[in-house]
Order: sequence, then C-alpha cells, then structure tokens
Amino acid sequence: MKSRKLLTDPYLFWAVSFIIIPLLMIVYYGLTTTGGTFTLDNLAMMAQPENLKALGLALFLSLVSTVICLVLAYPLAMILSEKQVNQTSFIVLIFILPMWMNFLLRTLAWQTLLEKNGVINSVLSFFHLPEQSLINTPAAIVLGMVYNFLPFMVLPIYNVLSKIDQDVICAARDLGANGLQTFTQIILPLSIPGIISGITMVFVPALTTFVISDLLGGSKILLIGNVIEQEFKQGSNWHTGSGLSLVLMIFIIASMALIAKYDKDGEGTAF
Amino acid sequence: MSNKLIDIVDITKSFDETVVLDKLNLYIRENEFLTLLGPSGCGKTTLLRILGGFEAPDSGDIIFDRKSINHLPPNQRQLNTVFQKYALFSHMSIAENIAFGLKIKGKSKSYIRDKIRYALKLVNLEGYGDRTPDSLSGGQQQRIAIARAIVNEPKVLLLDEPLGALDLKLRQDMQYELIRLKNELGITFVYVTHDQEEALTMSDTIVVMNQGYIQQIGTPEDIYNEPQNAFVADFIGDSNILPATMVEDKVVKMLGSIWQCVDTGFGRNTPVDAVIRPEDIDLVKPGEGTIDGVVTNLIFKGVHYEMDVLANNYELLVHSTDMFPVGTEVGVRVDPFDIQIMRKPESEDAEAAAIEE
Repeated sequence: MKSRKLLTDPYLFWAVSFIIIPLLMIVYYGLTTTGGTFTLDNLAMMAQPENLKALGLALFLSLVSTVICLVLAYPLAMILSEKQVNQTSFIVLIFILPMWMNFLLRTLAWQTLLEKNGVINSVLSFFHLPEQSLINTPAAIVLGMVYNFLPFMVLPIYNVLSKIDQDVICAARDLGANGLQTFTQIILPLSIPGIISGITMVFVPALTTFVISDLLGGSKILLIGNVIEQEFKQGSNWHTGSGLSLVLMIFIIASMALIAKYDKDGEGTAF
Repeated sequence: MSNKLIDIVDITKSFDETVVLDKLNLYIRENEFLTLLGPSGCGKTTLLRILGGFEAPDSGDIIFDRKSINHLPPNQRQLNTVFQKYALFSHMSIAENIAFGLKIKGKSKSYIRDKIRYALKLVNLEGYGDRTPDSLSGGQQQRIAIARAIVNEPKVLLLDEPLGALDLKLRQDMQYELIRLKNELGITFVYVTHDQEEALTMSDTIVVMNQGYIQQIGTPEDIYNEPQNAFVADFIGDSNILPATMVEDKVVKMLGSIWQCVDTGFGRNTPVDAVIRPEDIDLVKPGEGTIDGVVTNLIFKGVHYEMDVLANNYELLVHSTDMFPVGTEVGVRVDPFDIQIMRKPESEDAEAAAIEE
C-alpha cells in the first residue's frame, strides 16, 4: 500500500506547485497593496463603473451563449442518443473534429471570415449585396463562444440521454402519455443532470474568456476577462488584477453552489 | 370461460433476417390468466411488445374487442404493461408514479388520491406513497409497477417476466400475490415467462412457444400430463422421452417390452415417442414390474430422491420418496394412464422443436 501511495506524489507535487501556490499568491496579491499591507481596495475595484459594465456584459454574453448552446445541443443530443452506436460515432466525430484544432486557430479563422474585407463580406459584395459590419460586435463574440463551447454542452446531455432506459419511455407511452408528454414529463426531467453539467461547462469558461472577445470583439468591447488581462499585462498591476480575479472566482463558486443545490446526483460538478 | 377479448391473427415479425414470429395465431379470452412460456428467443416477449404497441408486426392483425388495433400507438390501447426491470420513474415519488397515467387522463385530484390509496393497499404497500423508487427493494418496486399499471383500469395487463429479477422465496410469494390480484381485479393477465414452475402455478392457459411457433396450448394439467411433442415434454418439468412403437390401440412396445397404455388412434405398428414423468415410475421388487433394471445413481433432493435406473440399455430418471441404494436390482412399473404417447415430429412446428434439441 505504501508503494502505491508513492504513485500519487508526482501529482501532489504538480498540484502544490501549479495550483495551490499560484492560488495563494493570487489571494495574497488581491488582499495587499504594493507596499505589502492588507487592504480590500483591490476587491472594491470591481465596483468601478467600467469594471461593473465589463462584468455585466460578460455575464450577459455568456448567458446568451449558454442558452443558444442548450437550444442547439439538446435536439442534437436526442438524435444522437436514438441512433445506433456505429452511426453515432461518425456524427460525434464530426462534432469533435474541430476540437482537435487549436482553440486560437479556430477563433482566428472566424476573425478572417467576419472581417470587414473578410470572406463573408467578399461573397456578399460579389452578389452586389450590402456589406455587413460583423466583426467587433457582441454578436461576433457570442458566435465565437457558441462555436467553441457547443461540444461541451452536447456531450454531457448525450451521455445522460443515452443512459435513460428505453423501458421507462415505453412505460410512459403505455400509461397514456403522447410523445410530447413523454418528453416534458419523463425525458426532460431525467436529463437535468446532463443539462446542468453542460451549462456549467459552457457558462464558466465563457464568463472568463478574454481571447474570444479580444479577437472577435476588438478593443472596444471589454469583458471582465479582458479587464483582468489588461491589469496584469499592460498595467502591470498584479494587485488590482488579483483582486478582480478573486471577485470573479466568488461569482463562479456561488453559481456552482447554486447548481449543486439543484443537482442532487452530483453529475454537474464533474467539471 | 367467456368471450374472446384479443384475437391474434397471422402475426409475422422478423428482425433483420431472423424470423421471430411466423404466422402466429392465438386468441385470449376475457378474465383469463394466459402465460406465454418458452426459452429465451422463442418470440414470447416480441409477441407481448406487439400487443403493447411497442413493436409493429410485419404482417397480420391484432383484434381487440372486435376492432383492429394495429395502427394504435401504445398510449391509445386499453392495456397496460408491467416491465421486467420495473421501469419506474426515478425522478418521481411512489405516489406520483402511480398517479402518472391518471394525471395524463385528466382525472380529478380526489379521484387520483383515492386511487393511489386503493392501489397501495392492493399491493400491500400502504404508507409508501412519499418514498422514492430507489429506496424500495426489488419486490416492492415490482409491486409499485403493478399498482401503477392497474390504477388505469386496463382490460388487459401485460406482464413481461415481472419476477425474473427477484430471488426464489420472493418469487414464490409474488406468484400467490399475482393470483390474488388477478382474482380481485377480474381482468385478463397475459404473462411472459421462461420459468415453467411459474407458468404451472399461476395460469389458466399456458401457451408453450419455441422458435416463433406455438408448440401447445392448454391448461397447466394438459401441458404437464399430456405434452403433445418432445419439446413440450422436455421443457415442462423432467421427463423420460423414449422411442416406442404403437403396436395397436392401448398397447405400446418400448424398452424391449410390451406395456399397457390408454392412448388410441395411432394405428398399428406406428413409431411414436412415449413420455413418462419421473414421479410416475414405481420401483418394485425385481420381477414384479414390467421390466427389471439396476439403480446407477442416487441424489437426495429434499422432497424426494432422484435416481437413474438402467433398464434395457436405457437410463430412466425416477423420482421417489423411497430410497434404493446404487446397485440395487429393481423392477420398473408404470400405470397405463401415466404413459403419454406422442407422434414423431413431422409438422413444421414440431420440427422447430426438434432443431432445438
């Protein structure tokens, strides 16, 4: 048993040096001034109007993206779960394929498509249609979020749906429920753990992203992720950056706690 | 018994290339406890799923109360199903599970409340309404599944191996429970099982199936005492199936000797199969039986002893409460009405049975 425990040591080393120490450093920086004295000013920076606006926009856009992902993913997951296994693997492959490419590369590809002189506008002008301003809009950011995070919504829902016993669905039909009633009263409630898991896996990364908003939103649209990034890189103000990160972390932990309350089986917290 | 309730006409069903049911005909009477009995893969569950509306037959008709119900989806059929693995709704309480069908039909709250109480009482689980399915044992869950089905007052209850997942003692208790329920409700039960003891205990009518064909239809007594072919004889209980020749009416030649029997109408010198149940063989002193043999094996089974007796190079299986040690010379005697004569396989149905052997 003792030698087995040794096997966990590399991970323990990893966790301490790259997760726990950095986290403690963020907490230290977030709660101190440049001089090293204790302060709550860094946390209070979140209350500044431009930071509040960035947080609000980030919350709004990630919520919209999450809802769009859910609406797109649920029917797809349902279709997948009803197919034979060999057919499923092909469709899943198509969905997973883009995920094998680098995240930045995918987002840069959207930038090229949406640009003022990009592919979409070239096609539009070829057909003498008016050019659209697509890039640097909130819609472009939402598009980027949905595109990048959709698979994280599909897979947990698919997982839960494919585990529902066909006899349970037959039983509902047998007891007089039509297709719609079977869906709303049996399938949907039984798939809630998957939905919650999917929401967590889309909402949290979308809330904290700064790359998507950087590339598709330009410098005009700032999300809370961009603000924190700027504090660290341009402002070199690690104290304010850490303070804002702490507040954001509290937001995320609070939303996870809320989710855990509705998710008794604990499947959503697998994230 | 009374009228035909369900008429199954020429039902054929195949999955991919495999024919599961081939032009099957059967009728089910009102208030009947009918059991579809057969080994796995004989088509009994498929037939039940076709009745329930979960599978569509390739051809043929299901007539319910003189109307074809082929085109009706499960939710519009006047029958309810109890599934093998209970299929309770895990996100609902027991009471909500039972109320499901009634709520769909828009029954009033007080009606539903009364029905839940009635159903829980019927299955001896009063006071369990607020519990969740997960907190119940397998037997309790199955009783809830039955309660959930019967509150809808179906004309027919379909049961798909409902006791398959339970242990022996519980299974026996539930058999009596099901008979009691059937008598109290006065509705038709169509029961699927591969357990011959279950079938014999509960049924009014047993339909023995093999490889998509009906082998025999009859009361439990008919099926047990007068199996029509070797498959039925072999599948229901233990039996000795012996090659024999019908010398003339009521006289059969087997094991090198002439025996008296009660069967007639097989003609003269016709090759047949003779079935003798192990408990119908009497072991007596050598010379006092029709033939003599030697005990070659002895096992104590609780209620009786199980012995192998070698007679005329044929090993007979014998059940007896008297014990004869291995090596004992015995005489073998069988009462004429305990010898059941069957025709050799010649029909398509009987052939299907022969392949299985």
